Amino acid sequence: MVHGEAWTIKEFFTYPNEYIYWTIQIVMYPFMTGLVAGAFVLSSLYHVFGVKQLKDIARFSLVFSFALLPVAMLPLLMHLQQPLRGIEVMMTPHFTSAIAAFGIVFSTYGMIVASELWFVYRKHFVETALELRALPQPGAADRLRALLFSVLTLGAWDISHEALEADERAVKKLAAAGIPVACFLHGYAGFIFGSVKANALWMTPLMPVIFICSAVVSGIALCILTYILTMEIRKQLSLRRRLAHPEIPSMEELKSAEAHVVAMTSRYLLMFMVAAITLELLDLIFRGYTAVKSWDILRSVIYERDFVNIFVIQYGLGNLVPFFLFLIPGLTIRRATVGTVLVLLGVFMMRWNVVIGGQAFSSSFSGFMHYVLPIWPTSMETLKEGLVGALIVAIVPFCIFYVLNKVMPVFKKA
Amino acid sequence: MITRRSFCKKSLLIAGGLAVPLAALELFDPRKLLAEKDEKGPRWVFLVDTRKCVGCGFCVKGCKVENEVPYDANVTRTWVERYVVTKDGKTHIDSPKGARDGFPEKGIDIGHGKLEEIRDDDIEKAFFVPKLCNQCDNPPCVQVCPVGATYQTADGVVLIDRKWCIGCGYCIMGCPYGVRFFHPVYHVAEKCNFCYHRITKGMQTACVDSCAFGARRVGNLRDPEDPVTKVIMTERVNVLKEEYGTKPQVFYLGLSKEVK
Repeated sequence: MVHGEAWTIKEFFTYPNEYIYWTIQIVMYPFMTGLVAGAFVLSSLYHVFGVKQLKDIARFSLVFSFALLPVAMLPLLMHLQQPLRGIEVMMTPHFTSAIAAFGIVFSTYGMIVASELWFVYRKHFVETALELRALPQPGAADRLRALLFSVLTLGAWDISHEALEADERAVKKLAAAGIPVACFLHGYAGFIFGSVKANALWMTPLMPVIFICSAVVSGIALCILTYILTMEIRKQLSLRRRLAHPEIPSMEELKSAEAHVVAMTSRYLLMFMVAAITLELLDLIFRGYTAVKSWDILRSVIYERDFVNIFVIQYGLGNLVPFFLFLIPGLTIRRATVGTVLVLLGVFMMRWNVVIGGQAFSSSFSGFMHYVLPIWPTSMETLKEGLVGALIVAIVPFCIFYVLNKVMPVFKKA
Repeated sequence: MITRRSFCKKSLLIAGGLAVPLAALELFDPRKLLAEKDEKGPRWVFLVDTRKCVGCGFCVKGCKVENEVPYDANVTRTWVERYVVTKDGKTHIDSPKGARDGFPEKGIDIGHGKLEEIRDDDIEKAFFVPKLCNQCDNPPCVQVCPVGATYQTADGVVLIDRKWCIGCGYCIMGCPYGVRFFHPVYHVAEKCNFCYHRITKGMQTACVDSCAFGARRVGNLRDPEDPVTKVIMTERVNVLKEEYGTKPQVFYLGLSKEVK
């Protein structure tokens, strides 16, 4: 069977070779890089602009951004017909292609986040390493951990006041440098689509900007959501352990801290959401008003075939409902949870409607293609580019985050 | 003992030093060397006379066999479209299996295995249009390839390196004509290359040889004596989707405004 045939239903006239070639993994790719960029921008709001209220979530989102980073690559690899050759993008980049920038932008960004994390956690590495070394009878695991943390210090053991201040200055500089790189990382994902002149729905210079705004929205939403979830777990743990360890913060302390952080962060979420929706609507209105050759088929895709996906799920459930949920005064944790889940759904659907919607019509403008997401894998192809593949991509960052949190504890008070 | 500062400095120096010989590779750009020889080779172009096409599909058959595109796979390097314009101004288009078997059904294939029957009396005009890669002078597929696996030769044909293509599909997305697809056996991008292995040896393309009606012809635009060049230069020819700025090099005689 030809690649794409398993999930494409054709209607009216499409060119014989036209199929939905970019599927769920290409939806996941901008969604995941969006989360990376968004999480980083959130942490930078604290480090660069000194938004004190975001201090707690800043560390968290930085580590989370790092956990998401390797996963941004995963959907691309799963989508490639020749995944083993994926490294060629780094080795022989062809610079007229938007994708070729991937290797450079991605590794630059990775290095910035990694070094920023190192400066943030250096004190912790040194302290932990010294603590473990001082143990009177270290076991094998302790010795291994001591070695790990000693390596992580990279030989910089100085944690005097001056040294730590220098660290903070470095963090600030790196975070500042990281913002444009994070925006570029995601803006270029938008450019990949926006620059395809053969695709009437994709081709708009607004695409990178729309992608960046919705990226920040989704990144902040995911950080709030994961923050709430981990805080809930900590609350349960504190209930159980409080008797044995009185130094653990009490339930009430955790609760008020959580409510405060969530309320503050959701304000920034709202601001970026307004920007994203404004741009998306501008794009839509402009297309309808100018009504060039492709508008006839675009109109039937946007207002008829994909109406539920675009207007009900993306704009309605994903934008309008959470907008009111966050705006109604007296934000509760439960409401924030529902709101952030809906925002994530909305951004995911936006990616879906761009990637899949852009292939919903033939480039002959005379026919349509419908994408049927493979739910149960019947072959390697439907496994990689079906629901299962997408779920793998969605779950991996949380596993990485779990491991990273062991080395770089997100909630330890500095 | 080496200090951290000098370690960093020295590693940067070594990395920079290694990069310099890499830059020297640019000196031996084969295209520049060829240009210096100042020998102008051919510029392959194609001429389709839609008025002569009867939709038999022999070109598609010939192409599939010659270029080893699996015969029953629903992808093809070249295909033929049928246009039926009815009196109510509607255009009905189809290309069942790329017209590999011609058009055995009278009804128009509208997908889902359904046929739309059109009464003979309702038909205003009907015609066939063969399609193939346009070997654009400004090929968007070459521009978007992230690894340079697809490239344009000096004689204008766009080729694909099957050993280098990573199969991302960006070129398939970038082509406004829908000529590209994934090869079902090699799992890399695939498209018409004017039978490059044949034309460079002085032969005709497989589809040209298969066409009994002379609807397809391949020629060299740099040779003013080439009969194809003469037609392109002196007659009223047209190209597909000029608005994309791709500068297509497949020229059509008798192209109608309905053609997509």
